[in-house]
Amino acid sequence: MIEDLYQDIILDHNRNPRNFGPLAQANRSARGYNPLCGDKVEVQLQVDGDRITAVGFQGSGCAISTASASMMTQKLTGATIDEAESMFARFHDLLTEGDAGEAQEDDEELGELEVFAGVRRFPMRVKCATLAWHALRAALSDQGEEGPVKTEA
Amino acid sequence: MNPKTTDRKTTPLRFDLDRIRGDFPILSREVHGRRLAYLDNAASTQKPRAVVEALENFYFSEYSNVHRGVHYLSQRATEAFENARARVGRFVNAERAEEIVFTRGATEAINLVARSFAAPHLGPDDEILITTMEHHSNIVPWQLACEAAGARLRVAPISDDGDLEIDRLESMIGDKTRLVSVVHVSNSLGTVNPIAEIARRAHSRGVPVLVDGAQAAPHLPIDVQSLGCDFYAFSGHKVYGPTGIGVLWGRHELLEQMPPWQGGGDMIESVSFEKTTYREPPFRFEAGTPNISGAVGLSAALDYIDELNIESVRAHEAELIDDTLLRLEQTEGVHLIGRPARRCGVISFNMEGIHPHDIGSIVDLEGVAIRTGHHCTQPLMDRLGVTATARASFGIYNGRDDVDALLNALDKVRSIFGKGG
Ligand SMILES: Cc1ncc(COP(=O)(O)O)c(C=O)c1O
Repeated sequence: MIEDLYQDIILDHNRNPRNFGPLAQANRSARGYNPLCGDKVEVQLQVDGDRITAVGFQGSGCAISTASASMMTQKLTGATIDEAESMFARFHDLLTEGDAGEAQEDDEELGELEVFAGVRRFPMRVKCATLAWHALRAALSDQGEEGPVKTEA
Repeated sequence: MNPKTTDRKTTPLRFDLDRIRGDFPILSREVHGRRLAYLDNAASTQKPRAVVEALENFYFSEYSNVHRGVHYLSQRATEAFENARARVGRFVNAERAEEIVFTRGATEAINLVARSFAAPHLGPDDEILITTMEHHSNIVPWQLACEAAGARLRVAPISDDGDLEIDRLESMIGDKTRLVSVVHVSNSLGTVNPIAEIARRAHSRGVPVLVDGAQAAPHLPIDVQSLGCDFYAFSGHKVYGPTGIGVLWGRHELLEQMPPWQGGGDMIESVSFEKTTYREPPFRFEAGTPNISGAVGLSAALDYIDELNIESVRAHEAELIDDTLLRLEQTEGVHLIGRPARRCGVISFNMEGIHPHDIGSIVDLEGVAIRTGHHCTQPLMDRLGVTATARASFGIYNGRDDVDALLNALDKVRSIFGKGG
């Protein structure tokens, strides 16, 4: 059912995205772009050592991509880089692991992100839900490159 | 005579929607448990039984390669293929069948002109002129050609309503302009461009005109002679024919001057390792085994459309579009994108605060197929200040029930997004 996709919490984050706007103290960033629909997102991070201390995003997209970006920023504020990576893997499994995803649905680590389980039935929309996450990973992998964002260690 | 009001009264008599729908088996399937309302005809049209049966008949009883063998089936297949060429020639009112080149689609037809007609003579500082409302397939081939030659791609502007600014276009045609390439009907807005007028103005400056007719061929009578253009491109799959077959019509005297763009079998007169001479058009442009069955299927599709009488198709579609526009205008939160003076086939719209992709997913579950996105016209989206639109596009089998389904589905979209707002 369509209500599985557009749960109240997703609609709420779409209407009032959290951590939306430029992040003044950001030291990492990356853009995500979905050429299929033209959705754009920029994810900005403040990384301190191996910890993500602040996350913000900007851009325009559908409800699924906006809510996913918004909820990601909440989820990852305060997480270590390793925790962010493992969260992405769990989230990705949740969206793509067919109907054998019951294990993930009980995944306590994911918490509220489990509302995106409904996206699984809409393969064309998986990219919407993962767009901000891909940008986040690109921002994190900037480390060691000569890009504009670089941290101490 | 006002065609709109007279057609409104007489259409039901001449136009038997149930009979047409009966010709398209796919329309009776359900999608997500709902009756299918197929409103994505600008992307591709569904196929009538007549087309599929023509393919089956050809493969089961006449198939062979063309232009090669002396055996019976090779002759039959060649005949069928060349009859299809003549059939397409009649569809666009070409002076002669040899002006019809079979391609994979509109995209390949445009690329053919870019590579074979434009590129060989394109020098630094030369210009190709297109418009803001072009499909990517009428932008990128010219970018490639211009880049290679150091030439310049220029873009004629449109109004906020989505109409071509034809005086501005004319003023951009100069000594350096080598070609004007313009869409006949916009796939994103439905704008019908005044091709005859554009051709007249371009020709008065000695500049040839290519028309991208991908969205016009399914809806308008095409007469290349009265349009006065030099090339006309369209795709089979958008006129109820098979995929993988398309058409370039070109003026014979231009085709004759053009070198081949691909080399291979079938396009040569004689080959030696020292020198190869090429066949006359259209064969010069059809290297290798062509899409023989595609041409046969396309021919059957054109027969099918012509039997319906394209004027009655046009009246039916115009009436449906007028009704839909009216109802969308009255729907709270819906904004029409583009208000062209002449429109056919397509309506683009957005809903306040709701991304087109979300609209697309929700209406899909109601059985309504529309397209959402940039429709391969990103520069046009930029010009209009949107990233995407929702687009309903119409075909010969659409009726009021499809429009009802769309509007009910849009209500559903609003109720989902209105929750707790
Ligand atoms: C206006 C226009 N031009 C060109 C094309 C390209 O057609 P095809 O993909 O069949 O080559 C399309 C189809 O989407 C179109 O709408």
